[in-house]
Amino acid sequence: MATTLTINGNRHQVDLPDDVPLLWVLRDELGLTGTKYGCGVAACGACTVHINGQAVRSCQVALSDVTGEVTTIEGIGTPDAMAAIQTAWNDHQVAQCGYCQSGQIMQAAALLAEIPAPSDDEIDEAMQGNLCRCGTYPRIRAAIHSAASLMKEA
Amino acid sequence: MSRMRTIARRTFLIGSAAIVGGVAFGTYQYRKPSPNPLIAGQGEAALNPFVFIDQQGVTLIAPRAEMGQGVRTTWAALIAEELDVELDAVTVLHGPPAKAYYNSALLGEVLPNKGYDISAFQHGLAEVIGVAGKFIDMQVTGGSSSMRDGFTRMREAGATARETLKQAAADRLGVDRETLSTKSGQVIAPDGQTIPYADLAEAAALIDPPTVTLRDPAKWRLLGRNQPRVDMAGKVTGTAQYGIDTRLDGMKFATLRINPKLGGDMASFDATQAEKMPGVEKVIDLGNGIAVVASNTWLAIQAAEAVEIVWQKAPYPPETDGIFARINDAFDDDPNSTMREEGDAETVPEGATMLQATYRVPFLAHATMEPMNATALYTGEALELWSGNQAPIFTQKTCAEAAGLEQEAVTLHTPYLGGGYGRRGELDFSVYATKVALAMQGVPVQVTWSREEDMRHDFYRPGALARFRGAVKDGKAVMLDGQIAAPSTSQQAMFRWLGLSPGGPDKSHVDGAFNQPYAIPNYRIRGYLADLDVPIGFWRSVAASFNGFFHDTFLDEMAIAAGRDPLEFRLELMREEHAASAGTLEAVREMSGWTGQTPDGVGRGVGYTYSFGTPVAQVIEVVQEPDGIRIAKAWIACDVGLALDPGTIEAQMIGGMIYGLSAACFGEISFADGEVEQFNFPDYDALRMHNTPVTEVRVLEASKYMGGVGEPGTPPAMPALGNALFDLTGKRARELPLSKSFDLLM
Repeated sequence: MATTLTINGNRHQVDLPDDVPLLWVLRDELGLTGTKYGCGVAACGACTVHINGQAVRSCQVALSDVTGEVTTIEGIGTPDAMAAIQTAWNDHQVAQCGYCQSGQIMQAAALLAEIPAPSDDEIDEAMQGNLCRCGTYPRIRAAIHSAASLMKEA
Repeated sequence: MSRMRTIARRTFLIGSAAIVGGVAFGTYQYRKPSPNPLIAGQGEAALNPFVFIDQQGVTLIAPRAEMGQGVRTTWAALIAEELDVELDAVTVLHGPPAKAYYNSALLGEVLPNKGYDISAFQHGLAEVIGVAGKFIDMQVTGGSSSMRDGFTRMREAGATARETLKQAAADRLGVDRETLSTKSGQVIAPDGQTIPYADLAEAAALIDPPTVTLRDPAKWRLLGRNQPRVDMAGKVTGTAQYGIDTRLDGMKFATLRINPKLGGDMASFDATQAEKMPGVEKVIDLGNGIAVVASNTWLAIQAAEAVEIVWQKAPYPPETDGIFARINDAFDDDPNSTMREEGDAETVPEGATMLQATYRVPFLAHATMEPMNATALYTGEALELWSGNQAPIFTQKTCAEAAGLEQEAVTLHTPYLGGGYGRRGELDFSVYATKVALAMQGVPVQVTWSREEDMRHDFYRPGALARFRGAVKDGKAVMLDGQIAAPSTSQQAMFRWLGLSPGGPDKSHVDGAFNQPYAIPNYRIRGYLADLDVPIGFWRSVAASFNGFFHDTFLDEMAIAAGRDPLEFRLELMREEHAASAGTLEAVREMSGWTGQTPDGVGRGVGYTYSFGTPVAQVIEVVQEPDGIRIAKAWIACDVGLALDPGTIEAQMIGGMIYGLSAACFGEISFADGEVEQFNFPDYDALRMHNTPVTEVRVLEASKYMGGVGEPGTPPAMPALGNALFDLTGKRARELPLSKSFDLLM
């Protein structure tokens, strides 16, 4: 059955079973590979995207349950036109292997949209679902604080 | 020996070759040219380039896997430093597999020295022995060796290219080369006129490269400073391409299910149900499991779960207890190695107090964030492979064998690695993709493992046991006798790479124990190899990941038995033996304000391990909170000899420590009915944002030789935490993971 999705402002038609998770629609059907597969059970956060501005684990959202506009890391900014949060990540040289960072950035962006200047405790609360095996957490924390400042100035 | 030197010298010659519209610089072999990976059809030009300059600009080759450690950036910086180009104005590529990209530093590790005590002669010998690497296709990223390997060769490649370009400019301008300077990819004439390298590239290809002298490090502008990573913009915008992001026209998506009784075959399978499921194209018999090819990965995973399979047994004891009993049995055999034997470690010295302890650590998974995967296209005559791997030549060779092709018929691309930690030095994921591609001729197929397959089909850090005896007298250690039993990682891994296992004493098995710089008069370390077929492999810091815990925890126990401050106790034994190591302990003492005293509800521990050429000391502070014990703070000091990029070193030290703490707190792979009992992150968790300590790092440069940075941060984390928990609770941590015996904040 054909489903219409709005992703990063663009409309896409896909013809797939209803229960295919959004993650795999993005990656395998639409070629939006910035969103990553890490665990498939909402335990690592690598697949985090926004639906109507809310951070969700795209591995747990069935195609038929996608009811709003989807934003992925590709919709946040590009290497030539980074969003403030990506600039902060770049300034702090956060990424090591980098595989989890799309999800980290999407989770942090949703946090900053809700709480413009989060405390360390609020960062802990919001970010603990996002795993990073390289251990970049201290720089992620610093980058979130920087992003808050950059976004306040903007 | 003299012959080895001759080969070494001749191997390191740097030359140039013409390419379309430009020039390439690289190493070539004087006697036996390696097949040139990048320039086809130039019989004589046996050049293995590190620098390309054409009309499009400058391209540098960093033939090491970028798995997060920053190697692509720092390797390129070595070249760029001498070439006088800016890192943000050049392209950096991994390049194809090639013998000339061998790792000269890794094989030097086989020498039977402790590392910290190496003489200049031995250091030279290690470099020369490293040349043997090319003979066994050792293009490997591992052993924290990349900078030690590339440090001289890459600067020479950059300097040679620069001077050749200057000669081309000198010829054009009719001036002496010495009157010219270079900056930002341009040659500058005395009158201020500038010529971009691209304009000189074709002429430079016709010039014999002059011999060069490397710049005085005092004049470095890139090395020794934090460089923005060349992969950062891609990694924060989702545009960096990992193996799993490979997308090709007409590509299909596959997954696999391999026998969870590791090493066992498949008795039979029934795919009737799976074949009827949506999107499924094919179910493939892999012998020890099946692969399902479908129109997307998720549909493939659903169908793979629906295949009914009868598995055969694993070749090892089916339960964890039986496996550890087998490891324990190794103590009854003769030791495989006695890599340290000083004085008499049998007899307790007169009047000394004896203590002994046994330790146990579990098997561990690598759990890279990017699950294992590879993409392959088989045309009947050739195989093209996209695989995030740490060993390109071994991968190419083994996949060629699996496909019945010549090695040259396999093209291998190495994209970014979503974590490696040693796992991606293995060949299995590339070989499985090859087998699937063979069954899908003409169709590119990506084979992605589910997280569960990845977790349950690793080459694990082996479980290990230790028995330590020691004696203290008058506040000092007077005897230490350590025995370590585990299956041999290097014997298994070398067999997979080379088809043969090195015999003799396995030095790497006791790394982190036999080579610690303590002046203890009666000191012995023996290694015992367990006969066990559980798949094991290189895991960040390899045997130092368990020996660091055993050895350093025991030193802490000795300090307590001697009634001494644990940090001062270590320092006193170390000062005369290795000043750089003592420097790291003094640094964390100062950084943490160590007094040896902690208030109620707070515990502090020190940990120290020398591994991969780098001594690392850590102090960890734990705090009892209502929800559990929090790892609140950490201080790290390392001595790397020469810090080529301090920001990257800081990141590796913190990351290495967190990797070690994650394992120490939560990491355990256990077995039941021959199968791994952990499936996914909920049962194999790691530290996260909220339970990671606030950490401070100091990078020292007093060591005589450059050390590694990717691994040495991991080993001391585990004893430092255990020792801190002892300080907090009075209970000694002799078994990992700690969450089993301590109420840690989850």
